Amino acid sequence: MIQDIDLVDLKRISELVFQKYGYDFRNYAMSSFKRRILRILELQGLTVDALVKKLTDQPTYINEFLDELTVNVTEMFRDPSFWRVMREEIIPGILLNHKQFKIWHAGCSSGEEVLSMTILLKEMGILDDVTLIATDLDPTILDKAKSATFPIKNMELNEKNYIRFIGTSSLKSYYREENGKAIFNTDLFKNVSFRKHDLVMGEIFNKFDLILCRNVMIYFNQALQNEVLKKFHESLFKYGYLAIGSKESLIWCEIANRFIVVNNEEKVYKKIKD
Amino acid sequence: MGGSAGSFQGITKILSKLPKGFPLPIIMCLHRLKHVRNGFVEALSIKSVHQIGEPYDKEPVKKGSIYLAPANYHLSVELGNYFALSTEEMVNNSRPAIDITLGTAAYAYRDKLIGILLSGANRDGGFGMKHIKDKGGLTIVQDPAECMIDTMPKAALAATSIDYVLKVDQIVEFLNELHNQYR
Repeated sequence: MIQDIDLVDLKRISELVFQKYGYDFRNYAMSSFKRRILRILELQGLTVDALVKKLTDQPTYINEFLDELTVNVTEMFRDPSFWRVMREEIIPGILLNHKQFKIWHAGCSSGEEVLSMTILLKEMGILDDVTLIATDLDPTILDKAKSATFPIKNMELNEKNYIRFIGTSSLKSYYREENGKAIFNTDLFKNVSFRKHDLVMGEIFNKFDLILCRNVMIYFNQALQNEVLKKFHESLFKYGYLAIGSKESLIWCEIANRFIVVNNEEKVYKKIKD
Repeated sequence: MGGSAGSFQGITKILSKLPKGFPLPIIMCLHRLKHVRNGFVEALSIKSVHQIGEPYDKEPVKKGSIYLAPANYHLSVELGNYFALSTEEMVNNSRPAIDITLGTAAYAYRDKLIGILLSGANRDGGFGMKHIKDKGGLTIVQDPAECMIDTMPKAALAATSIDYVLKVDQIVEFLNELHNQYR
């Protein structure tokens, strides 16, 4: 927070990344985008000019840049009450009409939410009936997610959340400890496919019964939120569900009227109009 | 307004004595338990006639409204007068971090901003107050002698020049005075 950076310089960076690499951060929320860039400058001991030069001259640097720029702070069973609503209302709602269904984790980061979902489905006895697709634009974090491996120090919080979620087992039964890491049983991921996909630039690639995109769109400005919501709308079957973060809202979005609120506290919406 | 350990009483007093129709939006960032989403707004509201809310992401900042940073999110103010939330890394061991709320508000509101920092046990808020001062805003800290824990206001005093060092009652007077002038 000590140094500051001009909006002009931020624009210079996002334009360069867009023109050269095709990632569009030009409509990211300004305050957090600025903090991320400042963080990269600080961590890597760079000036703005040095960062621009590095992005221009070293194409291999882009993945490292993406990994630092995107926010990858997450927890298993974050907001345990949300996961209880998933288990007790939303998924039973889908099962009323479909024995088999598809879930998209959009912006899956290091995979904690995907893993939480597979554990939930396994405990409901329906893991084999569900196809999950987990996407992120950051290839480094996707590799991390696929490995289902987390630092042991994160597990205290994850365990606490799982207990509040009131799972039917113990979280420990899903992983083993090795060299300070918690390594989850990757059988949980047998129906999960991890794919690189950019919510901003990417095409619509499938139709889903449920999309989870919690605390991802908060990094977008409102115009971009509108665009991404349109993609979600198109990627959902009619009467499919969309879950966003507890402090996100669709009310300022242009196509909000094509959804109804199913659970306001946990911010779960249902597509009711094509 | 920012505060942490020992600030709850001061905050509730300020809110309870805030004149009716106080026109400026008040944005509060108080350290709180990360995994308790509900109850804090209600606790703060008990003695206040004013309505307090936790803003949603991209919610516009409205005149005369009082906002509290939600649990486990950083709260920023964006150019264009609306809020943005984020789940970035903790800052000063805190999420929400006072430095982020004050720093972004300073950037958005410049010399139209008043920063008030109350009692607290860590140094969060010091840099935020410096940003406010650097952008021409007004800075107030609770008198360290009155604070239950004075680390926070002292960090601000060390980080920048503070316009007023006041007891909670004097902060209340200051806000009332401001309201009278504004009318």
